[in-house]
Amino acid sequence: MIRTIEMKNIIKQFPLVRAVDNVSFMIKAGEIHSLLGENGAGKTCLMKILYGMLNSEKGTIKINGKVVQIKNPKMAIDLGIGMVHQHFMLTPVMTITENIIVNNEPLYKKGLFVDYTRARKQVQELIDKYNFNIDANAYVKDLSVGEQQRVEILKAIYRGAKILILDEPTAVLTPQEVGELFTIMRQLKEAGTGIVIITHKLKETLEIADCISVLRDGKMIRHRETLENLNEKILAEMMVGREVELNIRADESNMGEPYFFVNNCNLKNDGRDILTDINFEIRKGEILGIAGIEGNGQTELIEILTGLRKATSIKIMKGEIEIKGQSSDFLRAKIGHIPEDRLDRGLIAQMTIEENFILGYHNLSQYVKHGFLNLKNSKENTLKAIRAYKIKTPNEKEVVSSLSGGNQQKVVVARVVSQNPDVLIVAQPTRGVDVGAMEYIHKQILKLKKEHKTILLISADLEEVYDLSDRIAVIYNGKINYILDKNKTNQLELGLLMTGGTLND
Amino acid sequence: MIKKNNLKNLIVPIFALFLALLVSALIMLLSGYNPITAYAVIFKGALGSKTGICNSLVQATPLIFTGLAFMVAKKATLINLGVEGQLYVGALVGALVGTVDFHVPFIIHILLVMISGMIAGGLAGLFIGWLKVRFGSNEVITTMMTNFIIINFTSYLVTYPLKAEGPTAQSERMLPTALLPKLFAKTQLTWGIIIVVVIAILIKIFIDKTKMGYEIKAVGHNKRAAQTAGIKVGHVILFSMFLSGAIAGLGGAVQVMSVNRRFIAGFSADYGFGGISVAALANDSALGIIISGFIFGLLRNGAKYLNMTSRIPTEFVSVVQALVVLFVAAPLMIEKILNIFKKKKEIK
Repeated sequence: MIRTIEMKNIIKQFPLVRAVDNVSFMIKAGEIHSLLGENGAGKTCLMKILYGMLNSEKGTIKINGKVVQIKNPKMAIDLGIGMVHQHFMLTPVMTITENIIVNNEPLYKKGLFVDYTRARKQVQELIDKYNFNIDANAYVKDLSVGEQQRVEILKAIYRGAKILILDEPTAVLTPQEVGELFTIMRQLKEAGTGIVIITHKLKETLEIADCISVLRDGKMIRHRETLENLNEKILAEMMVGREVELNIRADESNMGEPYFFVNNCNLKNDGRDILTDINFEIRKGEILGIAGIEGNGQTELIEILTGLRKATSIKIMKGEIEIKGQSSDFLRAKIGHIPEDRLDRGLIAQMTIEENFILGYHNLSQYVKHGFLNLKNSKENTLKAIRAYKIKTPNEKEVVSSLSGGNQQKVVVARVVSQNPDVLIVAQPTRGVDVGAMEYIHKQILKLKKEHKTILLISADLEEVYDLSDRIAVIYNGKINYILDKNKTNQLELGLLMTGGTLND
Repeated sequence: MIKKNNLKNLIVPIFALFLALLVSALIMLLSGYNPITAYAVIFKGALGSKTGICNSLVQATPLIFTGLAFMVAKKATLINLGVEGQLYVGALVGALVGTVDFHVPFIIHILLVMISGMIAGGLAGLFIGWLKVRFGSNEVITTMMTNFIIINFTSYLVTYPLKAEGPTAQSERMLPTALLPKLFAKTQLTWGIIIVVVIAILIKIFIDKTKMGYEIKAVGHNKRAAQTAGIKVGHVILFSMFLSGAIAGLGGAVQVMSVNRRFIAGFSADYGFGGISVAALANDSALGIIISGFIFGLLRNGAKYLNMTSRIPTEFVSVVQALVVLFVAAPLMIEKILNIFKKKKEIK
C-alpha cells in the first residue's frame, strides 16, 4: 500500500536543456495534487521519470520512505503507479475489456487460454464500483473521447495503481466531460488513490486540487501549497514568473462597415444535414465568436470558409468581391487561416521553422522568383518572427516537432499575421498552450482587431470566445439560432444555448 | 545541432555497410569459404586497376539513375517500385530513336535520344500517378503490375515486330551518332557517368531550392497541411511521379547509349530494384546516392572477378547487398549497437 511517494533532488539533462533541475516532489495517497507549469517547464518530464519512461541523471525515489528503482513503466506499474497519457494508447478495434486486460490477462487454471468471462466480470465490477458508466463489451472505436479516457484510467486501476498520473486530461474534453472526469477523480480520491494532475488550466486546478506545485524552467517554484489565498492570477504569475493579464477583453469601439458576409451556407453529407442555413456578417474591426460544443459543425464550417471543403450551397462575399474556389484562392484573397489543429493542418512537423513560416505563402513574390525559393527573405522574416514572438528555439533551422505546443502555435500565428490578412479565420487559437503563450496570442488577435481586420473566432473554450468577441454566435447541431451582443448575454446563458437550450423572450 | 545530425546520417550507413560485410564474412566462413580471399578478389578486381574502376563506374551509372528516381518519388511519400519498368520504357524508346538518321550533328542526336527516353519513362510514371490521383489506387501495387506488363511487352516487341537480324531478341543497332562518346578507349565507360552526376546535383538543387521541390516535401510529410496551404496535392503527386519516371527513363536511354547500343530483351540486371537499395543506403540524399551507387556498382563488378578466379559463388555479393539494406532499414538497431560502444568507453 502506498502512503507517500517522494522524489528527491531529481535532475534530468537533455543535450541542450536541463529539463528537470534538482526537483523534489511528494505525493500522498488520497489527495489530488495539481502540477502546474508552462509548456516545457518540465512537468511531463518529471512525471515520466516517476513512471519509468525516462531515467534521471541524479536523484532518488522513495515509496513510504524506502528507496526504489524505477527503470521502466513495467516496474512503475508493479509498484502501483499508473499514468494516463495525453494521447491515448488504446486499440480501437478491440473491446474495452480486451484493452484493459492486455498484459494482465486472467487465464484458465494453469492454462494458456484467456478467461474472458472472468475478465469481463472483473472489468464490469470496476466500472460499476466507480460509476464509469460504460459497457465492458463495447468497442473502443465506438467511444467518445471522454469515455476512452475513462478506459485508460480503468486500465491503470485494473493494474493496481494507487498513484495515478493524469497528463493534461482535460485538454481533449468538452466542458461536460470535464465535469464527469472530476466526479471520477473525487471518487478515486475517496477510495484512497493519490492523483497527480498535470494541467495549465488554472480554473480547473482551483476546482479540483487539494494542493498545488509549480514548475518553472525545470525548477520547483512552489511545492505542496494549499489553495487558500490562491486565485487564477496568482497561479498564472507563479507559472510565468511575471505579471500576466488573464482575461484580456476586447475593446468594443472602433468598428467599421460590414465586410465579410456568409449567406445561405448549407452542407449535406450522405443525406445528413451537417450545416443548415448559416448566415452572418462581420464588420471591419469586429470579432465574431462562434461558441459551441465540438462536433456541432464547426470543423466543417471552418473548412468551407477556407476553401478546403465544398458546401452544398453558399455565398461568401468579402466587401464587393465574391470568394470561391480552392484554399489557394482563399489565401490569395487575403483570408488568413489559423487551423484548429496545428499539427494536422497548420504545420508540417518534420520541416523546419523557416520552411513552415512560408507555408501557404510560398507562392508570393517575396518568397519565390522564377520557381526558386528566396531563402534569404524567408530566413530574414523567420528570424524577425522568432524575435518578435519570443519563440523559444536555438535557430530557424530547428524542426517544428521539437518545439513545445505553445511555440508551435506561435509559429502558425506569426505566419498568418505577418501576411497582413484582411479577414482572419481563427480556430482554437490557444488549445493546449500555456498561459504565457495564450496571453500573447490573445493580444495579437486584439491587435489585428484594432487594425480594422475582420475576425471570425471559433473556439470550444467558452471563456475565450466570451472575452475576445464583440458578438457571439452559438452553433448547435449545425445551426446558428442565436447571434448575441456580448453585453446582452453571459457565459451561463451561452452554456445553456450551446447544449440546445432556447431563450424564452 | 545540425552538424551533429549530419554526422549521424553518415555514421549509420557506414556502420551498416561494415556490419553487412562482417555478417557476410561469417556466412562465407560457415559455408566453408575464406572471406578474406573473397573480399580481396572483389576489391582488387573492382578497384585494383584502371579497367576495374572503369567497370565499377559503368555498373554504378544505372544504379545511380534508379536510386535518384526512387528517391524523388519517395520525397512525396510515393513508393515507386516501377523504376525498373520505366527504365525499360526509356531504354526501348531511346534505342529506337537512336536507330533513326535525322541528319543532325551527334550532340543533337544524343540529346534527342536522351529526351525521348526521359519523356517515355516520365509518361510511364505519370500514368501511375494518374491512377493514384484519379482512382486512389495504391502505387506499390500498380507499379509492380505494370512492371510485368512493360518488361514482357518490350520483350515481345524485340522478339517480333522490331527484331533485328540474328538469333537474339534485340532491336536494330543504334547509329554511331546516337552513342555516348567513351571517356577512355577500350572501356565501356562513357559520358554517362558525368551525365548522372550532373543530374544528381540538379536534383539536389531542385529539392532544396525550388518552389516545386518544397511543395513535394510538404506533400510528402503532411498532405492535409499542404492542402490547407493551398498546394494542389494531386498536381504534386502527378509531377513527382513524372519526374521519377523521367529519371529512370533517362537511365535506360543512357544505358543503351553506353553499353548495349540497342535494346536487348530483359537487359536490366535488376537495376530498378537495386536503386531502392542505393537510395536506402544514401538515406535519400541526392549526393549520397552517387557514393552509394558507386559502392553497389563496385560490389556488382567485383562479383564478376569472384566468378573468374575462385570457387566462391557470386551470390555472396547479393547477400552483402541484402544485408546492407536490412541494416540500413533498422537505424535504431545500429544506434543501439553504437550506444553500447559509447557506454563501454565511458566506463573505461
